[in-house]
Amino acid sequence: MLTKRIIACLDVKDGRVVKGVQFRNHVDMGDILELSQRYADEGVDELVFYDITASSDGRVVDKSWVNQIARRINIPFCVAGGIRTIADAKAILNDGADKISVNSPALERPEFISELAATFGTQCVVAGIDSRREGDKLQVYQYTGDETKTIKSKRDTVSWAREVTRLGAGEIVLNCMNNDGVRQGYDIAQLAAVRAAVTVPVIASGGAGDYAHFADLFRQTDIDGALAASVFHSGKIPMPDLKAYLKSAEIEVRV
Amino acid sequence: MIAIIDSGGANIASVQFALERLGAASVLTDDATTIRSADKVLLPGVGAAPVAMQRLAQTGLVDCIRDLTKPVLGICLGMQLLFAHSAEGDTPLLGLFSSDCSGFTPASGRSVPHMGWNRLACRQDHPLMTGIDDGAHVYFVHSYFAPVTSDTVAASSYGDDFTAIVAKNNFMGCQFHPERSGPVGAQILRNFLEMPS
Repeated sequence: MLTKRIIACLDVKDGRVVKGVQFRNHVDMGDILELSQRYADEGVDELVFYDITASSDGRVVDKSWVNQIARRINIPFCVAGGIRTIADAKAILNDGADKISVNSPALERPEFISELAATFGTQCVVAGIDSRREGDKLQVYQYTGDETKTIKSKRDTVSWAREVTRLGAGEIVLNCMNNDGVRQGYDIAQLAAVRAAVTVPVIASGGAGDYAHFADLFRQTDIDGALAASVFHSGKIPMPDLKAYLKSAEIEVRV
Repeated sequence: MIAIIDSGGANIASVQFALERLGAASVLTDDATTIRSADKVLLPGVGAAPVAMQRLAQTGLVDCIRDLTKPVLGICLGMQLLFAHSAEGDTPLLGLFSSDCSGFTPASGRSVPHMGWNRLACRQDHPLMTGIDDGAHVYFVHSYFAPVTSDTVAASSYGDDFTAIVAKNNFMGCQFHPERSGPVGAQILRNFLEMPS
């Protein structure tokens, strides 16, 4: 049986892992290679590296570290942040990344997803979606890497999820902005709505604060994986403990 | 020397790095002479079957691969290419295994591609499985699959049972990515490297 994936997201700035508070005051969390290796050794299923400023600055991620990570670790990883051209994506994939994730550039020009899928295959192309619950609506946001530049897009989350899948995205990472950083659990209803709308894997992001949040997500939805950052980086939820907890809760995980 | 056939896919660097971690020298090539003179051959591949077969045809490697007598390991799409036919683009493949590849149908609780860590169910003894526990997890990314046959060394299951490791004579294949499957994948690659050429 396919296991539920547990994914650690590392924010990268200038080749270092950083942690921001509300996208500001970045604190250095350590060396990207050492942290990646530690997570791989502890049994994380996948890593996502996100250049937190690239997209809104209009520059591509500094990719020298991609190659070093690909040489060092033996689990899959995805690179996100400011990938705007086929050449940007090609450089990152050729350096050994398994997937690239696009977000704001796909909202600017949706056909970019089709071009990426046609060139590299759908399995390499992840669509990142930042979604905010506004009343009874789910709204896609753009340029969320920098709060001074963040804007509301004209897209509804469920229809945008369908659209990116139709265009060729092989996976969706849905970041539920209301829950992000609050550590009160994933937005189960929103994730279930997007899960039901598409056939590709959907990864939950935003809200993990405790062990039970992961179990709730996997019990109450068919979501394929859970992404988190701060609870892993802070040591609040050690990876081996989370895997053991989920296994005892009879959720299929890799231990 | 291990020849990695340049099938044009995007995961080739990670295959090469995995061999580096195991201390094996490799060369990325689409040259038939280099491939014929290598000790072992890896056929990686991601992307679509028709594109990969077209590329092998253009580089004149179809017969070269079919005629190899040294150990050959196909990875992911590279494994599927060893079969007879793929439903993906109605594509004739290399025909070293007689069965055909078909696609997963999306269903509730079964998103496609099949992406993530799934278990190996051992179907027969084989040197590739040395040191690998039955039920070990490996990393898959694919939308098409080969059926379980008498050549299946290990199966896996995603709604349908499918071939995860296949072997006949010198031809072997892994549907999953050993280069991205942690210590289990590294052991399977090591087993391949340690086979007599």
